[in-house]
Amino acid sequence: MSVNLTKGQAISLEKKDGATLTAVRMGLGWQAAKRRGLFGSRTREIDLDASAVLFAEKTPVDVVFFRHLVSDDGSVRHTGDNLVGGIGQGGDDEAILVDLQRVPVHIDQIVFTVNSFTGQTFQEVENAFCRLVDETNGQELARYTLAGGGEYTAQIMAKVHRAGSGWTMTALGAPANGRTFQDLMPAILPHL
Amino acid sequence: MTAELVRGQNHALSQVRLTVRIAAGVPVVAGAALGDENGTVPGPQWVAHPGAPALPGVEVSRRAAADHRLALDLAALPETAHRVDVFLALPSAGPLGFGAVPAPHTTVEGADGTELACYTLTGLDAETAVIALELYRRQGAWKVRAMGQGYAGGLPALLADHGLRDAGDLAAAVQEAAARSLGRPVQAPSEASASQDAAAPASSAPGAPASSVPGAAGPTLSYDPQRPSLHDGGNPYDVQVPAPAPQPQDAAGPVDYTHPRRRHSTPPPPPPSAAPADGRPAQPVAGDAVGWSMEERLYNQVWGMFEDLARTTAAYRSAVDFADTRLEKELDQALADPRGRLGASADAAREAAHARRTQLVDQARAALDRDLAQLTAESEVVEPALPPAYAGWDSPVWHGYRVPEQAPMALRLGDLHLPEDPSLRIPMLVRLPLERGLWMDSGASAALGDSFPDSAEPRHLAMEAAVAVAARLLAAHPVGEFSVHVVDPAGAGARALVPLTGAGVLAAPPATGAAGVTEVLERLTRRVDLAHMAVRGGAAASLPDDVDTAQQLLIVNDFPHGFDDRAVTRLRYLADEGPAVGVHLLMVADREDAEAFGPLLDPLWRSLMRLTPVSDDHLADPWVGHAWTYEPSLVPVGSQILQQVLAEVARARTKRE
Repeated sequence: MSVNLTKGQAISLEKKDGATLTAVRMGLGWQAAKRRGLFGSRTREIDLDASAVLFAEKTPVDVVFFRHLVSDDGSVRHTGDNLVGGIGQGGDDEAILVDLQRVPVHIDQIVFTVNSFTGQTFQEVENAFCRLVDETNGQELARYTLAGGGEYTAQIMAKVHRAGSGWTMTALGAPANGRTFQDLMPAILPHL
Repeated sequence: MTAELVRGQNHALSQVRLTVRIAAGVPVVAGAALGDENGTVPGPQWVAHPGAPALPGVEVSRRAAADHRLALDLAALPETAHRVDVFLALPSAGPLGFGAVPAPHTTVEGADGTELACYTLTGLDAETAVIALELYRRQGAWKVRAMGQGYAGGLPALLADHGLRDAGDLAAAVQEAAARSLGRPVQAPSEASASQDAAAPASSAPGAPASSVPGAAGPTLSYDPQRPSLHDGGNPYDVQVPAPAPQPQDAAGPVDYTHPRRRHSTPPPPPPSAAPADGRPAQPVAGDAVGWSMEERLYNQVWGMFEDLARTTAAYRSAVDFADTRLEKELDQALADPRGRLGASADAAREAAHARRTQLVDQARAALDRDLAQLTAESEVVEPALPPAYAGWDSPVWHGYRVPEQAPMALRLGDLHLPEDPSLRIPMLVRLPLERGLWMDSGASAALGDSFPDSAEPRHLAMEAAVAVAARLLAAHPVGEFSVHVVDPAGAGARALVPLTGAGVLAAPPATGAAGVTEVLERLTRRVDLAHMAVRGGAAASLPDDVDTAQQLLIVNDFPHGFDDRAVTRLRYLADEGPAVGVHLLMVADREDAEAFGPLLDPLWRSLMRLTPVSDDHLADPWVGHAWTYEPSLVPVGSQILQQVLAEVARARTKRE
């Protein structure tokens, strides 16, 4: 698994000019399963899902995933569920946008995860990646290549957490197994 | 290539003969002040305004209008003029500030019609006069600068800032001239250009002969690409004919492919948007949302405010919940140790826990207050900009009410607010045509409590609220596209119905008695049935002549009084099948009256949107499900606005017949 940001490395989301980061985007992309045989529609699709869990002092408060696309406070937004993947050339097939300035005051950590809803392990998925982007300037903060990443169906990708008046991002990159974020909760808690 | 300027930005001008177009959305006065090298205007004769529309090289409109075309010939300006300040002012009887109207959009065009630069004046608030653009001479070349300099003191302050001594008198003269021309019959309402002014008495400004000889050679002022030329062999009197409205480029051929009634064949102009300045939250602007028309933008903006308020309140409530839970947990922990329970350390722990709670709640409240302040400011600019169908009955727009040409996309049924800030009201807009029937609950709801020992009073209030809704629906639709029927079996609603019956805007007098109920229901049932058949058969045009194709609203008072089982079945049919073919229900009823029907009517009640004649928190938002307090949109006590509006509706009907 190639990690451009080393595991556990924390980067402060402060910009060079002193302004803090205000918006981040988690992007997830993968290549759709290849069509095979006479009944192409019977090909098993690959459905990866991006989720974000909002914590207040280690208590999950809210979650943004394909069944709940906007956090109740409106600060975290999912662009919508993609069930089949894309052409696999690097574009985000699912994205979660976080407006850090509007995150409620008691939320101190947001954890991003990726799950394989249809059950394929990352070994079977081609050209899969997830990344964190500074939404204000499009700069990539962290990138993980998921494809060929072993017999796992999920990854706890990164967390952004409050540090002082701003936010800091820590790359986690921890592999796990599970169909949705609920299955990952026991695996997430040690990282908080 | 058009340069879109931001405030303070300048742009070199490649041409000297220019047209400055201004689109303000509401009537404004436009003028131009000529300044010397220091920006000082030597005297009032150097200001072009509606009272003195033509100066050498400058020509402005004679009246206040939503759209202006200012003709400029920079080469023809006096040698000593180094600056031209294009200013806008609101008419003295107009809106209270530029913050209450759409952001004016200015465009500088060259002689060949190419757009050289444009600028939208955003971020204005209480200012009633503003310098929009400044054209200035720099080393022999002309440049334009986006100014957007507003004056809360209005036109007098703006003119005084240019060094004019009698600024107050001049400002008064400008406003008076603009007001006078408004009362004059106008042939071309907006694009007032030199062609109309040619026949007017010669302008008092000397050195402007060109304005009375349109199309003459020389340093002409009356340059206007839209104006038909006199040298085409046409009749010179044709100049009086208003120029045809500019056609879209793609409609220039012999066949006009534009839809006659579809208004938006071309992309809409960009919405006025507030540019954030210095990281502070932007000044709110009415219509700052996406949409094809101002109406749609305002609708989207109101729904955006609704969602924002729901979400920011959700954030606050979630934070307070969390703080309370944490406090409880920490207090439990402090008590868990029996040894320290009475000691000073336990007290300290308790205090610390309370302090932590207070701190978090204060932070959450600060965030909420910041958002509430922003939404309140937005509400203050949006409310006055709302069209009648969206506006409260206390809004001044109702005083200028005219029957619309086209039904609005939505209707205001009342206001919504949350207990965190009862003063911040969000208009409750529902899309038209209505998808569900309405139910004005006349029962003794929790909010009514025991304050009405007599059950007649809440019933009367409910009927009044229903009449206000019906009147609004009538007023929102063009003549002949909406008719209202009333079923009032016992005549109990007669007093509340007076505005409708008095103005004569009902399709028929209120039906009374069981026979009347049956007759109205039968007629509407037939209408729904035929319309459904016609739609299914693909023959919507072949309805019998006696079927009214207008949308119908049936007000039912005192249900189920006067209803037999058969009539109840018909009513349920109308509630289920009617909305799809334009037949809508407005029930004024107390659910307890219909208790004898048992659970059979539950689906009917559930299918209706419940409204209340007094405030009641029974409506949930679609995002987080807060309980919102609904307040009906009622006519202010003592106001005659309902009668005036309905009289206008009745007048428009007779005019059409």
